[in-house]
Amino acid sequence: MSLIEFLGEYWRLLMSGTGITVVQFLLGAILTVGLALLFGLMKMSSNRLIKNSSVVYIEVFRGTSLLVQLYWIFFVLPLFGITLEKFTAGWVAIGLNAGAYGAELVRGGIMAVPKGQWEAATAINMSAARRMWRIILPQALVNMLPAWGNLMVEILKGTALVSLISVTDLMFQAKQINASTYMSAQIFGTALIIYYILARFLLTPFMRWLEGFMARKLGRA
Amino acid sequence: MEDMSGFPQEITGKDKPMVSFRKVRKAYGSLLVLDDLDLDVSAGEMVSIIGPSGSGKTTVLRMLMTLEEINGGAIYVDGKPLTHMIQGDKLVPASEKHLRNRRSDIGMCFQHFNLFPHMTAIQNCMEGPVQVLGLSKEEARDRGEELLELVGMADKRDQHPSRLSGGQQQRVAIARALAMRPKVMLFDEVTSALDPEVIGEVTNVIRKLVAEHNLTMLMVTHQMGFARDISDRVCFFYDGKIEEQGPPVELFGNPQRERTQQFLSAVKEAV
Amino acid sequence: MLSWLFEDEWFPKFDWRWDYAWEILPRLLEATLNTLIAAAGGYAIALVLGLVFALAQRSQNKILTFVVREFVEFVRSTPLLLQIFFLFYVGPQFGITLSPWATGMIAIGLHYSCYLSEVYRGGLDSVPKGQWEAATALNMTTAQTYRRLIIPQAIPPAIPGMGNYLVGIFKDTPMLSVIGVAELIHTANAIGSETWRYLEAYTMVGLIFLALSLPAAALIRAFEGLVRRKLGM
Repeated sequence: MSLIEFLGEYWRLLMSGTGITVVQFLLGAILTVGLALLFGLMKMSSNRLIKNSSVVYIEVFRGTSLLVQLYWIFFVLPLFGITLEKFTAGWVAIGLNAGAYGAELVRGGIMAVPKGQWEAATAINMSAARRMWRIILPQALVNMLPAWGNLMVEILKGTALVSLISVTDLMFQAKQINASTYMSAQIFGTALIIYYILARFLLTPFMRWLEGFMARKLGRA
Repeated sequence: MEDMSGFPQEITGKDKPMVSFRKVRKAYGSLLVLDDLDLDVSAGEMVSIIGPSGSGKTTVLRMLMTLEEINGGAIYVDGKPLTHMIQGDKLVPASEKHLRNRRSDIGMCFQHFNLFPHMTAIQNCMEGPVQVLGLSKEEARDRGEELLELVGMADKRDQHPSRLSGGQQQRVAIARALAMRPKVMLFDEVTSALDPEVIGEVTNVIRKLVAEHNLTMLMVTHQMGFARDISDRVCFFYDGKIEEQGPPVELFGNPQRERTQQFLSAVKEAV
Repeated sequence: MLSWLFEDEWFPKFDWRWDYAWEILPRLLEATLNTLIAAAGGYAIALVLGLVFALAQRSQNKILTFVVREFVEFVRSTPLLLQIFFLFYVGPQFGITLSPWATGMIAIGLHYSCYLSEVYRGGLDSVPKGQWEAATALNMTTAQTYRRLIIPQAIPPAIPGMGNYLVGIFKDTPMLSVIGVAELIHTANAIGSETWRYLEAYTMVGLIFLALSLPAAALIRAFEGLVRRKLGM
């Protein structure tokens, strides 16, 4: 069977897998951004309890593997009365894991905003919340966007693990097709190229565009 | 390729120059830094190069050390071409192998010392002799200790550069360069990065070299007094050319060209 | 005070059994050792291959630089899990059959060598140009300059990145369970399927990972300080 015939026969499965991968990525990325903001800001709080709970979250999720977290959420969490359907368990685990890394990026980005900006905002009598939202975060965002580009690629790569709890993503479909055809080079090679296209020609250019867009918006370019 | 037919394959004669720049041209893009430079330095001569910044002074030394490629002309060291090699009966641009052969005649000290930070003073001095000249560690250590003694750094032989002052680092750098036994020594603004109070300890070492050793030296400096004291000849560079040159007494005492006069009086005012 | 916990109806399901945890601990510790061996093997490959990739990207040869650059990008943009499957199943198609252990270490080593090559590049670029010029003035060859001057100075600034990726490799070894390497997750899966108890095994695996990777950051910092002192920098 030639590669063309092979792809002709299996492209539907590959595309449906790719669709699931993209959805897992998008949901995981949204959760990541939310958690990163929340815990990144919490880590900068002067309230010990808030700060420490953020530290615990970050250290636990950065200190263990995504795969361990995924299995724990899928197999152990039900014992605590929280049963997540496998599809949900997938992107929730991804978001929780990447959120811990993102929280550090948020904190780093905020710390990189010059002290004078905080002082100037205080000098015009802005409230702490307004100062953060209007003055500090936009500048922090520009600082940290390049690092977020890398994290987004890591999130996309992380979605492949959901195949191990039988979410029918691209990785899962590739494995299934391999098991029934033994055309390993063709199917795994194709899957690698699809992931590469997603990361290199869709995700990365989008993040670059976003960087430029935000920089222009802040008058930095 | 440039026509090199006007250039000799070897400069001979009893009083052949140790260093000879022949119509050397250097440009960065469209910016001409050196324009048909001709400069001969005799064996044992001490030549100082002065001039405003951007006049191409440092480039002269960097080309001689082969840190910069030249865009035209040729440089000879000890009568033999440095920037070119002889292929058949023609001069062609030097290969890396040729450069490695010829470079051993030249040593250089830099404005920012460029000591190896992960090595002690003595290790800095031994690195070249052991790795390049193939000396045994014992020979190299003896040679290094002798030279550290010469520059007054023997007691700091086991210190890393981070523990030394700028003046001390520069003295180690001089010892390191001398350890290669070069015929020509280049000093590129060796006191420019130093605090005023330690400049003397470096200039004194160079004075000692001039007085006691028969080295050919080229020095780029901003210290007019020092250049006047120790040079056999001073070259004033302006706009990529030698505007005026001569013995220090004449060049400093009775400059002929207007630009030289302007430069020297501007320097004097600054002091 | 906590009595409400025990009255809740879900609680009986959450019955952590210490005797059972104690019973499976030896198997998990053995798996920990396997995990560490796999991580160390993968890291060794990554350290060497990463340097090769970094130096190749600094070479004068434009084609070599381009090919290596694109390869590094490709590997970094695609999932390690898929790369593991690829190596494991595609090798035999071409007559190269490697054990799961070898495949796993090569896959992890190759994947992380691409990350390490970036770390090395950063370290190499951080060495001042003056060091190269001093080496030329001493008439040293390029190889001598790299070996004696540039690489030793590039190491300290690269240590934090090198350390982080060592921890990264350690945390990615569970992916090797899919091709049958008996590391922690593989063992926990086996225990789970034997007894239908997942709570203790997966929780203990998580705790083992935490216990080993949490001190890593401090250790890496200490190690960097040690190396800098050793080099007198």
